Amino acid sequence: MGKVIVVTSGKGGVGKTTSTAALGAALAQRNEKVVVVDFDVGLRNLDLVMGAERRVVYDLVNVIQGDAKLPQALIRDKRLDTLFLLPASQTRDKDNLTAEGVEQVITELKKYFDWIICDSPAGIERGATLAMRHADMAVVVTNPEVSSVRDSDRIIGLLDSKTLKAERGERMEKHLLLTRYDAARAQRGDMLKVDDVLEILSIPLLGIIPESMDVLRASNLGAPVTLADARSAPALAYFDAARRLAGENVPITIPGEKRGLLEKIFARRAA
Amino acid sequence: MSIFSLFRKQQRSAPMARERLQVLLAHERASLESDLVAILREEILAVIAKHVEFDRDKVEIKMDRDGDVSILEIDVEIPLNAQRLAA
Repeated sequence: MGKVIVVTSGKGGVGKTTSTAALGAALAQRNEKVVVVDFDVGLRNLDLVMGAERRVVYDLVNVIQGDAKLPQALIRDKRLDTLFLLPASQTRDKDNLTAEGVEQVITELKKYFDWIICDSPAGIERGATLAMRHADMAVVVTNPEVSSVRDSDRIIGLLDSKTLKAERGERMEKHLLLTRYDAARAQRGDMLKVDDVLEILSIPLLGIIPESMDVLRASNLGAPVTLADARSAPALAYFDAARRLAGENVPITIPGEKRGLLEKIFARRAA
Repeated sequence: MSIFSLFRKQQRSAPMARERLQVLLAHERASLESDLVAILREEILAVIAKHVEFDRDKVEIKMDRDGDVSILEIDVEIPLNAQRLAA
């Protein structure tokens, strides 16, 4: 049976879709069967980040309403045989996403895939609560910035109360993915440090993704960053995070922190 | 802007962010929990009232957060001569 992961944050624009694509592609490169599911009905973007926007025929809502069978809506990645996308619909009303429909689709996907990664919409409305409802684990994407941390705290509260796991009295496993981190600014005291965010949110750390041009470049190209440039700093950080998700014990490193004196001088000049 | 302000060291902003968040979130978490406390209060009092007489004003129920856990404190004053009720 596959594992269901929700990638969520509350706040928009912190990197949910980027992280869903990058983690999905990283897990698929380990030869595990992965499907990434876009829950952002009306504002879908996972297809675009994955470079599959011109291949969408049927979507999640079509499957729920019985207009298409699940295999018809699944799009296989052109680069990775084991990676699939289930797109959200772009035009339809988000009320078409029903709790029963979502449950049926997730149950079906669990039979065929090792990982079902649900890309949550921003906010705390129905789309977000439906995306997290069936999750076994949650990845809370947070930027080292006050509004993002506050919204993550709110989402953690929802994960502990509105999910099936919580309703059954079980503990929802939650992991923090700190994105757009700039170690140099944090060291200077101009940005919240990793430890600050961890202390405030008190959930275990899945990974630290450095602020990087490579992320924008990858989305321009329509490829998860773990496929576009597998040796870039954010890709390496996502690979490590994916290994931790899979249960491996990978020590956490803070990207860009251990810089030599020369590099520091050059970094200052560039800034 | 005076020329001296160029030399003045700018205050570090991250400690401010951290402190503001800690204060705000402590407050927001408490207000979310207060709904739960209100529900628990009514149900707990109903159970006690089935078995023994007591003064509803002499009841204190509160939720404290301590690290990873919340602690629910129930303090009910029951007079020595309180009437025991049949269950």
